[in-house]
Amino acid sequence: MGTLWYWLVAFMITTYVLLDGFDLGAGTIQFLVAKTSEERRQVIASIGPVWDGNEVWLIAAGGTLYFAFPSLYASAFSGFYLPLMIVLWLLILRGISIELRNHVGGDVWEPMWDFLFCASSLLLAVFYGAALGNVVRGVPLDASGYFFEPLWTNWRLGEETGILDWYTVLVGVCALAALVMHGAIWLQMKTAGIVSERAGRAAKRAWWGVVSLTVIVTLVTFGVQPQIRMNLSARPWGFLFPVLAIGGLAGVRWNLTRKNEAKTFAASCAYLAGMLICVVFGVYPMVLPARDSVHSLTVANAKAGEYGLKIGLVWWAIGIILVLLYLSIVYRSFAGKVAGEPDSRGQ
Amino acid sequence: MEDVLLLDRLHFAFTVTFHYIFPQLTMGLTLLLVYLKTKALRTGDEHFNNAARFWAHIFGITFVLGVVTGIPMEFQFGTNWAAFSKSAGGVIGQTLAMEGVFSFFLESAFLGLFLFGEKKLGPIGHWWAGFLVWLGSWLSGYLIVATNGWMQYPTGYSVGPNGEILLSSFWKLLLNRWTAWQYAHTMTGAVQTGCFAMAAVGAFYLLARNYQNYGRTFVKTGVIVGTIAALLQLYPTGDMQGRLITQHQPPTLAAMEGLFKEERGAPLAILGQPDVRNQRLDNPLVIPNMLSFLTYRSWSANVKGLDSFPHDQWPDQIEMLYYSYHLMVGLGTIFIAVMCLAAWYLSRDRLYESRWMLWVLMLSGPLPFIANTAGWITAELGRQPWVIYQLMRTSTGISPHVSEGNVLFTLIGFMGMYTLLSILFLFLIYREIDHGPEPTQ
Repeated sequence: MGTLWYWLVAFMITTYVLLDGFDLGAGTIQFLVAKTSEERRQVIASIGPVWDGNEVWLIAAGGTLYFAFPSLYASAFSGFYLPLMIVLWLLILRGISIELRNHVGGDVWEPMWDFLFCASSLLLAVFYGAALGNVVRGVPLDASGYFFEPLWTNWRLGEETGILDWYTVLVGVCALAALVMHGAIWLQMKTAGIVSERAGRAAKRAWWGVVSLTVIVTLVTFGVQPQIRMNLSARPWGFLFPVLAIGGLAGVRWNLTRKNEAKTFAASCAYLAGMLICVVFGVYPMVLPARDSVHSLTVANAKAGEYGLKIGLVWWAIGIILVLLYLSIVYRSFAGKVAGEPDSRGQ
Repeated sequence: MEDVLLLDRLHFAFTVTFHYIFPQLTMGLTLLLVYLKTKALRTGDEHFNNAARFWAHIFGITFVLGVVTGIPMEFQFGTNWAAFSKSAGGVIGQTLAMEGVFSFFLESAFLGLFLFGEKKLGPIGHWWAGFLVWLGSWLSGYLIVATNGWMQYPTGYSVGPNGEILLSSFWKLLLNRWTAWQYAHTMTGAVQTGCFAMAAVGAFYLLARNYQNYGRTFVKTGVIVGTIAALLQLYPTGDMQGRLITQHQPPTLAAMEGLFKEERGAPLAILGQPDVRNQRLDNPLVIPNMLSFLTYRSWSANVKGLDSFPHDQWPDQIEMLYYSYHLMVGLGTIFIAVMCLAAWYLSRDRLYESRWMLWVLMLSGPLPFIANTAGWITAELGRQPWVIYQLMRTSTGISPHVSEGNVLFTLIGFMGMYTLLSILFLFLIYREIDHGPEPTQ
């Protein structure tokens, strides 16, 4: 039951990254692909109706993690206190930038929110990557099951680790590149004209960055977290996930040059999902590895009571079916490219 | 250790108080929006669609602020209250996760369609979008109150070998008796916020002789629904809340009422300042025997005072608890008076010309925010010194490794961030009201 919930939470987080990933990426590169106010309006319009729902995956994943693995939730959230708070502030700034940009208009108001939207999206992508890096590297959990990490210490992988060190920053930069590519591919698909063309070119350039960073991060990670290699040799079916990621990357290149916009996006999703599941598969049965491995939180010692997990499965399954239903309605009504059409108030 | 506990409490109190400014307005307005959309559908009058669109804009701005200030709430259980989360996460995580899965997805999916998809959906489809937004936001309210209700009156759990609290009955968690009344009381409060806001804007338009046509609709809708909500706030929802507290949290009742000594035929204090050191109420203005009647329906019933309980069972902020409770009840009484009077004028067809009544309605607009906030402060301080009543003390719930410096840092950060959000919110709402409900062509 614990293992099942481990995979269900992983599914929710992966979905979050695939969905919010494209709007984070779109925000990061908006100044690159959209030069005028009208073009930037197109960028916002391409994520406007969905970003809020995308972010709900984060909330729902957080809630699910909370009831399925209370000890993990408590340890991780209090240990990552500062970066989480910074992520919350960035999410606040980003949310209001998207929503309020078109409320007033003008040459002061719009650029201010555009800048905030870009900066908060970029920083969020790096922080999410660094968070993933922290989970892979392991955190200084002690016998009480808690830890606290400052933002940085000496940037090395010693005993006294910080949130940011050379490894987690590297993962953060890799995540940024991956989401920039993902967002560019989304914009290519959802916008029209010059914005779409620029986004396609940006995706091609980002692809090289993603390939090289993925290779570096993967090689380094095998050294940082030995559990991954152990899991791969114990369960060879796990090689499916790196293959999915590599196939996704190849698919992105193949489809980008042939202008198959929807297939490019699907391939980018496959790459992101493949990479994330590699981590999920790789650290199992740990849910939060400790620097000193005896203190690691595992599926077995972090999960909630059996009854709660069973009853949770019932409502969770019903809930997710409903969610997929809403999403199909929303994305269908939002199908096709957004032209530079005016918003509801005719502004 | 004491300092960090206080800072953690202030951190949660500040962020949740600020957050709840927005959901109470959106939960109230969404009901009124469904009402206006229903009117538009049944009469075919475009006037009601314009009215709904105007309030949908205000709803949209408020909703965004509710979302962005709401995300920190769930995370804070883990960041600042890790020990509490570790023990109780298996129970309260259920309702919090259900809120995400069942209501946030619903709301976020259909709000976009409601705000931007009117042309595409057609009148009936648009009504459904509005209805589903209402359903999502009221469901969200239920699941949050269910979380709080369980902390006030824990049921359906067992305690595991390592002190962790395990869920043992899903339905007892979800259909908690306390939750049912607390939810009803919370929602009538939110409806009042929406009604007073709508009536205040309507009164403003009538007084300013601007968009008077809409002003009348807003005042009428606000007053009719508001009168019902104001009365339900007192009875049965408020009354039942009081009796549940009497039954299950007797020290809280004594502190709320400023009753230091056990008394037969206890009086109800209307005014007065609690002096905790000397255990008495200064400058009291009381109604004799009233508290006994309200709590036990008998004029001479015995009501336990604070002296009946050991000190370590007393709420730790008695003065603040007393004032917030009295503020809530006092304002609630004023709301009943204002709404009933306005409804009486309305029934005589004199409301739209009665300028002084319109002034009262306009100026009363912000008051329900204060009353709702005071009500939640009463609920939360009343539960002290427990984070889960009689099960876990607040002092044992905080994150053990998060220092004062870090909590203060993020508290200051939130204060700065929320100051900016307040200014933005007021600015944008002012623009909407100034712009008015007439469609721009």
